[in-house]
Amino acid sequence: MSSISPEPESGVSDATDTEALAPPPPGSSAEHAASINAAEAREKMIEIYPDKTKKKRAKQFLLNDPESPQPIAANTRTVPGIITQRGCTYAGCRGVVIGPMHDVLHITHGPIGCSFYSWQTRRNLARPRPGDVNYLQYSMTTDMMEDEIIFGGEKKLAAAIREAYKIFKPKAIAVYATCPVGLIGDDIHTVCRLAKAELGINVFGFSCEGYKGVSQSAGHHIANNGVFKHMVGLDDTPDDAEFRMNMLGEYNIGGDAWEIDTLLRKCGIHVTATLSGDISYEQVVKAHTVDLNVVQCHRSINYMADMMETKFGIPWFKVNFIGANSTAKSLRKIAKFFDSKKLTDRVEEVIAQELSVLRPIMDDVKSRCAGKTAALFVGGSRAHHYQDLFRDIGMTVIAAGYEFAHRDDYEGRDVLPTIKIDADSRNIEELTVEADPTRYRPRKTEEQKAALEAGGFSFRDYEGMMKEMRKESLVIDDISHHEMEKLIEIYKPDVIGSGIKEKFIIEKLGVPCKQLHSYDYSGPYAAFTGAGNFYKEIDRMVNTKVWRLVTAPWKSDPTVPPKPVYRPRVRGGGFEDEGAAKNWKRG
Amino acid sequence: MRKVAIYGKGGIGKSTTTQNTVAALVEMGKKVMVVGCDPKADSTRLLLGGLAQRSVLDTLREEGEDVELSDIRSAGFCNSLCVESGGPEPGVGCAGRGIITSINMLEQLGAYDDSEQLDYVFYDVLGDVVCGGFAMPIREGKAEEIYIVCSGEMMAMYAANNISKGILKFAQTGVVRLGGLICNSRKVDNECEMIEKFAEKLGTQMIHFVPRNNDVQRAEIHRKTVIEWNKECEQADEYRALAKAIDENKKLVVPKPLTIQELEDLLMAYGLLN
Repeated sequence: MSSISPEPESGVSDATDTEALAPPPPGSSAEHAASINAAEAREKMIEIYPDKTKKKRAKQFLLNDPESPQPIAANTRTVPGIITQRGCTYAGCRGVVIGPMHDVLHITHGPIGCSFYSWQTRRNLARPRPGDVNYLQYSMTTDMMEDEIIFGGEKKLAAAIREAYKIFKPKAIAVYATCPVGLIGDDIHTVCRLAKAELGINVFGFSCEGYKGVSQSAGHHIANNGVFKHMVGLDDTPDDAEFRMNMLGEYNIGGDAWEIDTLLRKCGIHVTATLSGDISYEQVVKAHTVDLNVVQCHRSINYMADMMETKFGIPWFKVNFIGANSTAKSLRKIAKFFDSKKLTDRVEEVIAQELSVLRPIMDDVKSRCAGKTAALFVGGSRAHHYQDLFRDIGMTVIAAGYEFAHRDDYEGRDVLPTIKIDADSRNIEELTVEADPTRYRPRKTEEQKAALEAGGFSFRDYEGMMKEMRKESLVIDDISHHEMEKLIEIYKPDVIGSGIKEKFIIEKLGVPCKQLHSYDYSGPYAAFTGAGNFYKEIDRMVNTKVWRLVTAPWKSDPTVPPKPVYRPRVRGGGFEDEGAAKNWKRG
Repeated sequence: MRKVAIYGKGGIGKSTTTQNTVAALVEMGKKVMVVGCDPKADSTRLLLGGLAQRSVLDTLREEGEDVELSDIRSAGFCNSLCVESGGPEPGVGCAGRGIITSINMLEQLGAYDDSEQLDYVFYDVLGDVVCGGFAMPIREGKAEEIYIVCSGEMMAMYAANNISKGILKFAQTGVVRLGGLICNSRKVDNECEMIEKFAEKLGTQMIHFVPRNNDVQRAEIHRKTVIEWNKECEQADEYRALAKAIDENKKLVVPKPLTIQELEDLLMAYGLLN
């Protein structure tokens, strides 16, 4: 299943294979999960829906077949009322992809809320280099009010750009349009163009109005287009290093990018730009000078990888630095690409070194976590990547799904030609990119590429999540609140990885929840050191007794109404459960 | 207080008809306030003798929150009260939102209070019912009686029919009703009969047929309503008749908009002189 042929394994087991063979420990959650008929469980989770909703959800909810993944409905409109995990287009553009650029000044053009709620909520950390600046602790907005809605907000935006420039003198200013801006038609791009001419710095806008797509995914695409059009390629000076590459789709949540950067540096690989975790403007503008792009989060940045290959000739492939096994595989693949004995030897050395530290932690944690189960509903690649970490410590992922991914992230890029372009995806601009007349330079000849591919190497690859999941595990796109509750009831997973919106509901149901957007103020979890952090964290979460020490009041006192939140009313006033409610006692 | 809104296709003569009708009403001794709901802010020019009015939205912008009714309301011909909502320059912002804001502001300032002893408030609304903002006067009972200005031209009738659809929508949930069609003649063949028939099909009436007369144009050049310019002329009597008809009108209906085919058939039947 992995796209790389096994090199000297240095003692990393291929957890994917061994896990499939070993029977779950008796009495474990994994054994409980294995005893459940997945098809029946699926039916129980969606049977309550009205016909039309059920039909739609059924297409987004599959029993996995790793040998031949079935088509899943993904990146389609959410059914209203299911209580989705998803975010908006603005969140995907400003919040995820461009927000982490620490010396670009980000101005949200809109009423105050969009800016306030995107103010340092994603934990994309930054550590400016000496002489560098960091604007991430600021949140800037035009604070549009009724006046600007009626008379247009262009003048206020221009004034905000000028004011921000006067105070900060940044190298670049990025402007983000929120919903009302799209409705009243403020021309932010012209305002930015004029400001660029007036101030002599780079100023560019993103039409990333929240309503533009079915999820934040549309915002990623808009962000990729803008970064490619307005930033990449402005500085042709390459960094002075032998093995130069970019790390695409890594946002430095909790310091992940730093962990990966440190590891790569140990191996002798230089990262010119991490898009966009803790990146500076100067790094973005010369991102096209590298010899390789590796893609961590395929969903949010594959557009950039493709466009850079077409325009500049930089090849790309998928990596995953989450999980010990995946990290080792990714390092080896990079070494193989650069085709240097020195690098390959160094990479093996580093892997052995890192594993000698990590293995005792892994084994120790595994002794307490093996046989436990997890479910992951998050992101557009995290629900896939984190499965490797759980495998490392002997845990089984019984169900997984993305919030905003597309079919290729589930089934693999092979299905790209068969993905139906609907009205919603057509709404997002697709840039026409051509080879740069002077700067296009293929980094590998066709022969070199063919030779690598003959050895099992693949470019522009993503196999998707489903091929790496167990048979009959549940694959659920854009999971609903109800399905989550039923899943917990039926499977009783030991931990769920998701986001803030679900976290406390899951915990109220007695299951610990690990936030995989923000890491709950913890992390990093990437690379070998990060993996150790994650093992320990999961160990603490799934082995604490605290969840079993709390008993809901209605479980010990039969007079307490079991559903104190929802109380059906009877005709003529009053509540159906009036009698029981009167007897309500706290504690 | 009767709350009247005048709608109709752009350029059909809404502002002219409204002001001339209001002039006739105040001449009758009624107390009337006119609220122009057009960003151009030219709905009260004839009553005020020129574009002398600061709009509600401009005042709000310049004075901040501290706005008095007297800042935005001026007395015009025969003590008619004139207000211009105002709005953005063409091509920017949201004029619809502006109308919502300014009507709310007038309410807050007590422009509709009983103490004002108004007999009528007239809303003169830009163009078609293009979006939520322009429908503001007929939403939530801000206006209860709608008169549509139209002519025998296809596009004017088409717009009138479309406006009826908007009225129907709000009539189902609110108090708004259609009071009738005002035919502002363009000297189209069989115009009077056709509009009468059209009104009948809509379930309403042609409340008055205003003939084409160049005195209207002459009065406008003098920045006056016809009545003020020359109260003896024939056209002044036409507006008096229209004002009287509105004042006595009891026929307020939920309209039944026509299908496009029905509208086309109507034109075929009446629109061509044999």
